[in-house]
Amino acid sequence: MSTVNKRPLLTLVLLLCLAVVSGLSFLYLGMDFGALFSGDAGSQMAAYAGNFLRPDVSPIHLGAIGRGVLETLAMSLIGTLLAALAGLLLALPAAGRNGAALRLAARFLLNALRSIPELVWAALMVLAAGLGPNAGTLALALHTAGVLGRLFAEALENTPSAPAEALRLAGSGRFAAFSYATLPLVWPQLVAYTLYRWENNIRMAAVLGFVGAGGLGQMLYIHLSLFQEAQAATVIAAMLVLVLGVDSLSGWGRQRWVRA
Amino acid sequence: MKPPLRDNPPRDPASRTRLSLAIVALVLLWPALQVSEFNLAALLDPANIHTMGSFLSGFWPPTGDPVFVALLARATVETLAMATAGMTLALALALPCSLVATRALSRARLLPNAEPGSLGLVLRWPTRSLLIVLRSVPEIVWALLFVRAVGLGPTAGVLAIAITYAGMLGKVYAEIYESVDLRPAQALVQAGSSRPLAFCYGLLPNALGEMLSYTIYRWECAIRASLIMGFVGAGGLGQQLDLSLRMFAGGEVAAILLVFLALVMLSDQLSAGLRRLLV
Repeated sequence: MSTVNKRPLLTLVLLLCLAVVSGLSFLYLGMDFGALFSGDAGSQMAAYAGNFLRPDVSPIHLGAIGRGVLETLAMSLIGTLLAALAGLLLALPAAGRNGAALRLAARFLLNALRSIPELVWAALMVLAAGLGPNAGTLALALHTAGVLGRLFAEALENTPSAPAEALRLAGSGRFAAFSYATLPLVWPQLVAYTLYRWENNIRMAAVLGFVGAGGLGQMLYIHLSLFQEAQAATVIAAMLVLVLGVDSLSGWGRQRWVRA
Repeated sequence: MKPPLRDNPPRDPASRTRLSLAIVALVLLWPALQVSEFNLAALLDPANIHTMGSFLSGFWPPTGDPVFVALLARATVETLAMATAGMTLALALALPCSLVATRALSRARLLPNAEPGSLGLVLRWPTRSLLIVLRSVPEIVWALLFVRAVGLGPTAGVLAIAITYAGMLGKVYAEIYESVDLRPAQALVQAGSSRPLAFCYGLLPNALGEMLSYTIYRWECAIRASLIMGFVGAGGLGQQLDLSLRMFAGGEVAAILLVFLALVMLSDQLSAGLRRLLV
């Protein structure tokens, strides 16, 4: 697929602007790459990196990591499910089913939930609900509710309304019409979006611990704070395995069940 | 014959299966609820409510103090600069890696009956694995590691973004080369051109649009990522937010969150606009 660029001059100018912006960024930050990798700093960095090459694989530490992985998975699972529920509840007004005023309000709420990153929600939830995985679960649920709510609302808006109208005209209630005429049509999309976000959330749950919200991240933060590089290296390896495992599993699932 | 009228509405024939499936799912969820210590009641704990209440009551009005606003503006520019500088480094790393990692430029693809070069076989898989490791460790973990290595401040954030996004860009560029029409490059190589030249004149023109679009999209992601880098001490708005949160300064937190909102929406618009104009 090759297209002829219709505005070569504009493209050139924009690309030049981008190059200038990136140059200014380096200037503003005043990064000194020379000092970063010169003599002493370089060898110090190499020594620091070397500490990570001897990961701690003692059974006790591996057990703790296993628990951390379970905690991470549980946080992401519960957080995503809660988000799917809340997202669906918010998507109904956001799709314009309860009037224009509620539609605007719901959209604004979804945007606000979505714009605040998970990690910031986690920091807030640690204040509101105390340290630990509960805060992480709530943080994931809040951010993901915003993301899923918007996607769900779009899915609902694009669903044909004829089946639901037929049921309504035949005398069914609103709830029954939604459950038996609208939901079956959007269900596959809702499940696909939710699974996709779950995949994202597993990765996110692994780092929410940096602000004290449980999971593998908390272990990593603590070990690094105590300069226990060997233990930290094992946690990073566990994160890597978790992310790669989720990636390949979802890739396999997509090929198996989703037809392009 | 008409069916007899019934007083009660018809029942869902699948209701029993649905109910039992729901119960099974709930039973399976129980351990996850235990492990995640999920507990909404913690939000209603009087002590927590008191803390959060006094904190939230400070949210309005957001701090408009000129000194703080100046600080905020500096942090915002620093965040954007971090993302941009990180993306530039990522681009510089990703381009050579993608050339090594892609199969599109292998001798076997470009020449008829050619054996794959041994150098390609030796270099390709290590490069691909390196790219996988770079992008699979979350950027904020890289940031945490770099803060320990190069000290607090935006440098760690720039390096973290450079490394993670190099992994992502390198992989996607390599895939883009493989997906475009190879015939122009094949024609050039078979007419005697060198492979770098065949890449520049035969392959790149077809791939550039998609590469540009993906890079700009990633730039948008990098801006969002650099917003939170500060939580591990890597500079930018996140660091200011972390400080204000620790000091329970509600008004400052509200002001920073508003800037977050604006930046996320702005980068969204900017990236969509640039992609429309450039591609």
